[in-house]
Amino acid sequence: MSKGRSLLNWIDERFPLSSSLKSHVTEYYAPKNFNFWYFFGSLALLVLVMQIVTGIFLTMNYKPDASLLPGSNVSVAFASVEYIMRDVGGGWIIRYMHSTGASMFFVVVYLHMFRGLIYGSYKQPRELVWIFGMLIFLCLMAEAFLGYLLPWGQMSFWGAQVIVNLFSSIPVIGPDLSVFIRGDFVVSDATLNRFFALHVIAVPLVLLGLVVAHLVALHEVGSNNPDGVEIKKNKDPVTHLPKDGIPFHPYYTVKDVLGVAVFLIVFSLIVFFLPDMGGYFLEANNFIPADPLKTPPHIAPVWYFTPFYAILRAVPSFAGTQVWGVLAMGAAVVVIAFLPWLDRSPIKSVRYRGPKFKFMLVLFIIAFIGLGMLGALPTTNVRTIVSQILSVVYFAFFLGMPFYTKNDVGSVPVPDRVTESTTKMKINFAIMVALVVAGAYLFATII
Amino acid sequence: MSEQQVDTGRRRFLTVATSAVGGVAAAGVAAPFLMSFFPSERAKAAGAPVEVEIHKMEPGQKINVEWRGKPVWLLNRTDEQVKNLAKLAPALADPESDMDQQPAYCKNATRSIKPNLLVAVGICTHLGCSPTYRPDLAPADLGPEWVGGFYCPCHGSKFDLAARVYKGVPAPKNLEIPPHKYLSDTRLLIGEDK
Repeated sequence: MSKGRSLLNWIDERFPLSSSLKSHVTEYYAPKNFNFWYFFGSLALLVLVMQIVTGIFLTMNYKPDASLLPGSNVSVAFASVEYIMRDVGGGWIIRYMHSTGASMFFVVVYLHMFRGLIYGSYKQPRELVWIFGMLIFLCLMAEAFLGYLLPWGQMSFWGAQVIVNLFSSIPVIGPDLSVFIRGDFVVSDATLNRFFALHVIAVPLVLLGLVVAHLVALHEVGSNNPDGVEIKKNKDPVTHLPKDGIPFHPYYTVKDVLGVAVFLIVFSLIVFFLPDMGGYFLEANNFIPADPLKTPPHIAPVWYFTPFYAILRAVPSFAGTQVWGVLAMGAAVVVIAFLPWLDRSPIKSVRYRGPKFKFMLVLFIIAFIGLGMLGALPTTNVRTIVSQILSVVYFAFFLGMPFYTKNDVGSVPVPDRVTESTTKMKINFAIMVALVVAGAYLFATII
Repeated sequence: MSEQQVDTGRRRFLTVATSAVGGVAAAGVAAPFLMSFFPSERAKAAGAPVEVEIHKMEPGQKINVEWRGKPVWLLNRTDEQVKNLAKLAPALADPESDMDQQPAYCKNATRSIKPNLLVAVGICTHLGCSPTYRPDLAPADLGPEWVGGFYCPCHGSKFDLAARVYKGVPAPKNLEIPPHKYLSDTRLLIGEDK
């Protein structure tokens, strides 16, 4: 026995190293028909690692301190960010990796969630995979919001002011709750310090735990696939391995490496040439130090919150309170978690679903992207009405689901074994992407 | 293992008792952590009143003063502006200031101690942005009916020059009038009225 083998044996007698690697990597059998949409889970893991590493290095020079430098209106926190950008070796690229990573996290997670939506990956037996995923999404939103306060710029300050005030609209406990969140009667140094603590340690710890739970649950039930066929139902009688499964390593590690390479090319282009993405990744007003006495003329959240923000603004206040908009916004996020129970169809994948689901799915895509664009713009009467219509469509997609997914069967029956995607599917996919891009462009020019 | 019968009643009692005592201890330990989230004594003490000199204020001029970290507006309204306040009542959500957003001595037509000088907390009652002072008459973006007031850039709430909210906007209440008093004809104290 070689030295390496005997060391491995020594470890395996004390720790399940080889068996864990087998069950989660080299002998984790995933369906052989994964397509484009299956890149985003591993990419999300990559971005998570990047955010943690860049974040650790940023904390080494960042100071969560809202007190003003003598004789100026610039806070210590704001100055420390400028210091990272200008004087710390490699500081600018570490910070731009972190800020670009925040936005790209939402890009890959939204695509990852959309994949789950179209292929029914939330359905039995993967409900808990979906629930853990939604909790991860909530943690990500919390991370993004908490982290956005840290540079202590104008958008940091007023964005936090608006979001914390959302809580104060809750009846009875609201005002006290918002004081509890801020640790002061206004957004102040106390708020900055606690947001820093939550952003760098509390939420990331929870997030990591949830990621482990998400993967453990996934590997227990096995991955879904574009056909929504359970590969475990069709096992080889001799080997007891799924006939349509292939080991994650080397087959999907190789596939994911390709995805990582393409992703990193896009990522680098943004970091080097467009770190603010024209104001969508980093907002111009946040390059101005926070001024508690002056609100910037136009406040909009970063792009990944705009669909939910548009829903918030679409709901008018009545009965002397604006809590309704806050409730609608919260419901817009929470309702996604209930998909496994809202969907009554026995068919998982959109490929074999009937026309009703496909029609509602198209409406949902229009509503989500439309709301996202409206949430980034100042309100006008027309835009408010459009937001209200799209908000209704958004909720109709979810709340109508128990009705329109019942008995909604497509013309092609669900196959017994997984299929390969045909050229026709690839062309359809390209047409759909082109339609979404063109539609979004048209929508942007009209409103 | 002994052959003796397990006393399940005793076992259940001990389980419940241990859980209950442990729960009380956990709640006790949680208390200081929860308390640390509320404003510290220093933050509570920082709400000291602010003194302002007002004799230099021209008619129509607005100045901002920071009180408890919030912007407080002092607006020396012109006689014309004061006169316009009465006409706006039908367009406002709470023209008589019935909601408790001001000290009793400011529950009047101008929401102020002296008719001309408005003192108000410049924080929108919707989600806490600071509205913009828009004294211009009938500007393109606010419409021909506009006789001057405050406009919140975040979500489009409108207030008149007595900081009363218009109907049909996101903000549900008039802007808050802070406690204040005149120390002399030219000196104003914000944050204390006794």
